[in-house]
Amino acid sequence: MTDASLPHSAKVETPFRRFVSEFFESWMATGAFITLVIIIVLAVLAPWITPQNPYDLGQVDVLDGRLPPGSQAFTGYTMWLGSDGSGRDLYSAILYGLRISLSVGVASGVFALLIGTVIGLIAAYAGGRVENVIMRIVDLQLSFPASLVALMLIAILGKGIENIILALVIAQWAYYARTVRATALVERRKEYVEAAQCLGLSKMRVVFRHILPNCMAPLIVVGTVQTASAISLEATLSFLGVGLPQTEPSLGVLIANGFEYMMSGRYWISVFPGLALLLTVVSINLVGDYLRDVLNPRLKK
Amino acid sequence: MTATLDVKGLRTHFFTRAGVIKAVDGLDFSVNKGEIMGLVGESGSGKSITGFSILGLIDPPGRIVEGSIRFNGTEIANASEDSLQTLRGNRIAMIFQDPMMTLNPVLRIDTQMVEAILAHEKVDHATAWERSRDALGLVGIPSPEERLRAYPHQLSGGMRQRVAIATAFLNKPDLIIADEPTTALDVTIQAQIIHEAQNLTRRTGTAMIWITHDLAVVAGLADRISVMYAGRIVEQGVTDDIIDHPLHPYTVGLLGSVPSANKRGARLFQIEGMAPNMLALPQGCAFSPRCHRANEACKVEPPVEDHSGRSLRCFNPHPDGRLT
Repeated sequence: MTDASLPHSAKVETPFRRFVSEFFESWMATGAFITLVIIIVLAVLAPWITPQNPYDLGQVDVLDGRLPPGSQAFTGYTMWLGSDGSGRDLYSAILYGLRISLSVGVASGVFALLIGTVIGLIAAYAGGRVENVIMRIVDLQLSFPASLVALMLIAILGKGIENIILALVIAQWAYYARTVRATALVERRKEYVEAAQCLGLSKMRVVFRHILPNCMAPLIVVGTVQTASAISLEATLSFLGVGLPQTEPSLGVLIANGFEYMMSGRYWISVFPGLALLLTVVSINLVGDYLRDVLNPRLKK
Repeated sequence: MTATLDVKGLRTHFFTRAGVIKAVDGLDFSVNKGEIMGLVGESGSGKSITGFSILGLIDPPGRIVEGSIRFNGTEIANASEDSLQTLRGNRIAMIFQDPMMTLNPVLRIDTQMVEAILAHEKVDHATAWERSRDALGLVGIPSPEERLRAYPHQLSGGMRQRVAIATAFLNKPDLIIADEPTTALDVTIQAQIIHEAQNLTRRTGTAMIWITHDLAVVAGLADRISVMYAGRIVEQGVTDDIIDHPLHPYTVGLLGSVPSANKRGARLFQIEGMAPNMLALPQGCAFSPRCHRANEACKVEPPVEDHSGRSLRCFNPHPDGRLT
């Protein structure tokens, strides 16, 4: 056979494997990815690795309030990052806060992605008036800053974790819809779609099984970047006092709590949660950037 | 016996802002069971649009404005999307020109082949998988099980076109439309693919329309040849007749431009001018501006005439089919 191309015993090189090996070629990407994994693991394991449960009022002692980093708490353990105004151990509070921030970011990211993808695909495939109406709504939505949209929605919906997620989803679905529509329009014109139609596959099948998987690359990139921005948006809302309540302190709430102490030299209450937020958002964005480089064939060397 | 496919007076027009493009303008042909018909013409002559019209896959602004397409005796021109969907890939299959583009790059070969079976038949996944494997074996793919688990980018062009052919034959269709399936392949692979296709049609009794711009390809493959120019069939007949005694000046020109060994050193014949602008077709016979035999009579559209067993649209056919 002249056109045998597969070495017989070789592992099948899936697009996924190729993508993984390219991604980890860059030390920046690898570093950001490892940082992100560590942050996620710390957040998930928070209840088992922190000395204190900052939500349990029985474990929080006001007498421990505003201790500088490295102080000894009344109950015996060392507060390596100090404590906040109400005596919460900051290390514990940051890990618990990360849990909330990450889950809000991921949950709103996933919902916005699902909704935006379906709407974007409908727009691309239906065309005509349906597409026009959808895309004008998207344009309208994108002409407002996301933080403004979220602020207005919170004002209407009220506080609470579900409302925050809902507000973030509404503020962000349009980004996904626009990306998916643009990609799907390009993919739709490709011959494999025609070939799939010639096989007698149903429209739904062609859209979801053939076009959608080919739109995944830009979706993954937009997904990571938008998740990072959802996390910082949530922190912004919480910092402004319209996000999560004091009883569920996310990173934004912690930063806001420490803000009033900044001028009196008790920097740690705001700075450490702020650093945690910064590290999280930056590492997600870096991962997103490198994903884009790897997944975009035009940027390849 | 009813023909597998019987096309009468088919017109597919595209209504663009710049004007109406009569991509297919009055086609008559039929293909019988087990027969291979070569549809030959230059790019833009409406060959591919003919194929897509049969499958009912003409997207707006185009549509079939007139004519009938009878498939196994049933009218399918402008049939409902649902009934066409049960025909596509099942009773009528299509093979495309560029095998690099027609397989979905992110899905494995088995996913795509199994899907083609399951779209039309209620069988379990394992059965469909085995049938896909056997189909790959039939088109001469070595170690088909391994290829089935591969992604398209891991196969060569010839291999991918074999996969496409195997996929087309999966549901044992009555008709296969092959749209320039060997154009993107190199010559040795081309010969193999033609051989496989011929083999399979003979064995399964499938009718086939082989669309190509290359007369040399269909000369050894097709039973009958239809030569298309500017949306019309200008000459149609049994392959040997057409190759040995072409009547239409365009067919003569096409044959003359095939390089062949017996005219070594001689200057290749070339048809003067360019394929016509489909928006502004010349009056009368569309080929007349490029035709060296054209005269005043050609200002009128020539009708289809029966010319000793073949149909011809020409007022001044070549008497002996010799090149001038």
